[in-house]
Amino acid sequence: MAKTDSSKTMDQYFEDLQQTRVWRSIFRSGPGSSTLKRALAIQQNVFLHLFSTKVRVRVLSFSATWYLGTLTLGTFLVLVATGIPLMLYYHPSVPQAYADTKDLQFVVSSGMFLRNLHRWSAHAMVFLVFAHMFKVFYRGAYRTPREFNWVIGVILLLITLLLSYTGYLLPWDQLAYWAITVGSNIASAVPLIGNKIHFLLLGGNAVNANALLRFYVLHCMILPLTAMFFVAIHFWRIRKDGGLYSHGSEPATMKAATANVAAAAKEAR
Amino acid sequence: MADSKDFVAGVDSNAKKSPRRIVFITRRTSAQVKAETEDQIQTFPEVLFRAAVAIEVLAVVLVWISLMFNAPLEGLADPSHTPNPAKAPWYFLGLQEMLHYFPPVVAGVLVPGLVVMALIVIPYFKVNIEADGLFLKDREKRQRIFYVVAATLSIFLLVFKVYVALAPTLIMAGVMLVAAYSCPQSTSAFRRYLAARPLSYWVMTWFLFELVLLTAIGTFFRGPGWSWIWPWQGS
Repeated sequence: MAKTDSSKTMDQYFEDLQQTRVWRSIFRSGPGSSTLKRALAIQQNVFLHLFSTKVRVRVLSFSATWYLGTLTLGTFLVLVATGIPLMLYYHPSVPQAYADTKDLQFVVSSGMFLRNLHRWSAHAMVFLVFAHMFKVFYRGAYRTPREFNWVIGVILLLITLLLSYTGYLLPWDQLAYWAITVGSNIASAVPLIGNKIHFLLLGGNAVNANALLRFYVLHCMILPLTAMFFVAIHFWRIRKDGGLYSHGSEPATMKAATANVAAAAKEAR
Repeated sequence: MADSKDFVAGVDSNAKKSPRRIVFITRRTSAQVKAETEDQIQTFPEVLFRAAVAIEVLAVVLVWISLMFNAPLEGLADPSHTPNPAKAPWYFLGLQEMLHYFPPVVAGVLVPGLVVMALIVIPYFKVNIEADGLFLKDREKRQRIFYVVAATLSIFLLVFKVYVALAPTLIMAGVMLVAAYSCPQSTSAFRRYLAARPLSYWVMTWFLFELVLLTAIGTFFRGPGWSWIWPWQGS
């Protein structure tokens, strides 16, 4: 299988494709693998431009992050990909919701697999969000200038818990019903306005059809959109705040930098 | 700088006019030296490729789990039949365990509220920015404060019979005691490590320990009437 000059490799075909007018009209940066083109591939893409075009080499080592943030994003993507088909088979009404869940288990093709994947990914996401938070803490990555991204992270932790919690009710089985009853009763303990919050959350004084509808809307619309909104800011702020190992965010560098500046100032004089 | 200027510097704020920008170069300005000279690598393709591989490995693991284990589904929701025990989702079971000892307004509102508040303000307090070992400065004073705080917390938990939270507190206090009497010049690597831990490390590790333990107990060790059971006893 000697390669002759006339035969093109896959790479060359791909490069030709990238040169076409149509391709160029869709992807703004065009072909090529120069440093500039690679930077443009990030910078000129509406989604990727949230990230910086370059990162410190240290970021790539596994021990730097354990990829926990990336994996959390991964679970979120799996949850969106499985959640949308699940919505096609589900009515948020009593007792149809339970029947639909049963159908997913026994009637719908691969319905069982879809539901399993959604549920286990949801558990994984809650776990990974916590793990990510503790990893960031022990790294000290919340230090100046990255403080506010930590705050956004805490907001995302709460959104994740609410997403999981609202999804918990949707199968409308005994497990779901009583878990939500136990959880929502805690809201009643808030001084003065506890019962009002409880009523607002459930659309009634107990978990009922109104609560199911509310949790469904929260779970499928409001919370995922809110999560995406904050995730976008979360990613963008990594770049704006100087990235991982941002200069000055590490105590050792902080001290070294102060020493360097002092030494440089002395030399200049 | 006594020579007269042939321009007027001012701030114009007419939003309808395209502003003219002028660069002023003052005399004694030199090129700024970049302090950071760390090696960098391009996000595309180096980082994106690794991220994609990580997410694919995750997807494979999740698919495998989903093929092996089925999500639980019990009978139709029945408001007139309360299961015993009725448990919240696993990540709230630490809180539910607390509810067993304290009134709802404490365990359900005050504690989680304070935890969230504490998490949010972490980067804004100097105690979390400092990275020096807790007992390296003012050793004797800080040891005294540590004894008082550890004893008060332990007695509080003892009075309310919260043994499941008392155990990790005592273990952490024991480790901190070792840290309190270790110095950075110690021959033992472990003691050198402990001596260098700052206060924020101790508080967060204690919190993590409590969180994991209470959640595990709520999940695996609680049966009917929130009584203690062993995981192998079933329910």
